[in-house]
Amino acid sequence: MLACKDLKIEFDRKSVLKGVTLEFPAQRISAIIGPSGCGKSTLLRAFNRMHDLTPGAQVTGSVTLNDREIYASDEDPVLIRRRIGMVFQKANPFPTLSIYENVISGLRLSGVRNRAVLQEAAEKALMDSAIWDEVKDRLKSNPMSLSGGQQQRLCIARALAVDPEVLLMDEPCSALDPIATAKIEELMFRLRERLIVVIVTHNMQQAARASDRTAFLWMGELIEAGETEAIFTSPKKSMTEDYITGRFG
Amino acid sequence: MSQSHQLRKLHGHIMEGVCLLAALAAVIPLFAFLWHLVAMGAGAFSPALFTQLPLPPGEVGGGLRNAIQGSLLVVGIATMIGIPVGLGAAVFMSEFAKPSIASGLRFSCDVLSGVPSIVMGLLAFQMVVRPMHHFSAFSGSVALAFIMMPVVVITTQEMLRLVPHSLREAGHALGIPAWRIASSISLRAAAPGILTGAILAISRIAGETAPMLFTAFGNPFMSMDPKAPIATLPHTIFTYAISPYEDWHRLAWGGALILVLGILGATLLSRFILWWHQRSLNS
Repeated sequence: MLACKDLKIEFDRKSVLKGVTLEFPAQRISAIIGPSGCGKSTLLRAFNRMHDLTPGAQVTGSVTLNDREIYASDEDPVLIRRRIGMVFQKANPFPTLSIYENVISGLRLSGVRNRAVLQEAAEKALMDSAIWDEVKDRLKSNPMSLSGGQQQRLCIARALAVDPEVLLMDEPCSALDPIATAKIEELMFRLRERLIVVIVTHNMQQAARASDRTAFLWMGELIEAGETEAIFTSPKKSMTEDYITGRFG
Repeated sequence: MSQSHQLRKLHGHIMEGVCLLAALAAVIPLFAFLWHLVAMGAGAFSPALFTQLPLPPGEVGGGLRNAIQGSLLVVGIATMIGIPVGLGAAVFMSEFAKPSIASGLRFSCDVLSGVPSIVMGLLAFQMVVRPMHHFSAFSGSVALAFIMMPVVVITTQEMLRLVPHSLREAGHALGIPAWRIASSISLRAAAPGILTGAILAISRIAGETAPMLFTAFGNPFMSMDPKAPIATLPHTIFTYAISPYEDWHRLAWGGALILVLGILGATLLSRFILWWHQRSLNS
């Protein structure tokens, strides 16, 4: 289980996340929803310590993965990120590497040399991301020749190849058409078996149909979290109801 | 109304004509100098120019073999110092340094790149020639490396700046160590631009004359010893051009043509690399 407790994040002393406590159970897809600027991406990026790379970012509180503190002083953020993978809003394959090299980049650039191991990991990751059939004959091609949806699935394959325990997805479908979106959602359901999946989305239909749990964030604060069905059919807070029915945000 | 309109149109045509003349004036020196150079230098072009050593004044013939090979040696050593240091500094500034430190270093490089080359020669004289007590090819290389470093830093940094931040972020999110992101992702994405900048930096220093006067010093004989004075093309052109001998003037023109053709070739090569890279990205 991934969990955060009283998580606060500031950028240059400006508070963006104001103490969020949330749990993301295993074998569940959790969605984080909320209006633009509410801090959903900021929250997501705290889970794999991406804020360590931003000068002026200050993270306080606790994030644990299976009861181990991710922000402990003896934890190496580089190793944390191998356990907690991330997919971004805009597909970002490495344009100077081939499709195959992209998939194995996380392993190879971390020092894995064994060709058989790399090959096997690449095939498995591409199959898990439901893109194997589309790229198996063009593994040496440039990834920029793929469509947007294929590029995003390639990025998911790249994240899966390092065998993470958690997959963080930051609005992964916002640049994709409905068919490509459906493919990624299907993929999420299959990944749920073995990964904790956390998805940030501004698309409420997506949260409703593709997640098990939903958290609603507003102005850096957690308003409500629970089973997706409960949130969308009988929210406890009127603010949640207003947001999901489109009255604001 | 229509009269003022006509006047304005006339005014427009005149201004356009003035600008066209200015544009022509700007490129005339290039063509005039190329024409002159080819006319004067082509006569000196022969296998002997590349294979023979200069003869004593008064004897007709000879070539610039010592200066050509000397230039290659001095520029080669300068490149081996200047490119790695410049590249390393640029990577540090773009990938690792805090923004305040990076901008301080960048400002220093901007200042350095504007320092006159003769001052860099003086610096190399102080740092290398005086301790060694004699002129040397190596001191010339040091002077050229000083000139080259800020140029390499600036172009490399500009090219690294063009690499999208999202690629570095993707690397971090995969748990790739920072130095590997710098070497295998950022540098690789910027490689064609960096290579182009390096070629231009090499061609820039290949023509430097002033710092050679009191570092490499020149040498009428064949020498490939980095510790000894050495002939270089720009310095030999200078020496021969101001000499009173007709045949040395001819060699100076030949040398100038070699130098310009080399620089032109390097510029074309760098353009080709960029074009080729652009094409491979689009296909």
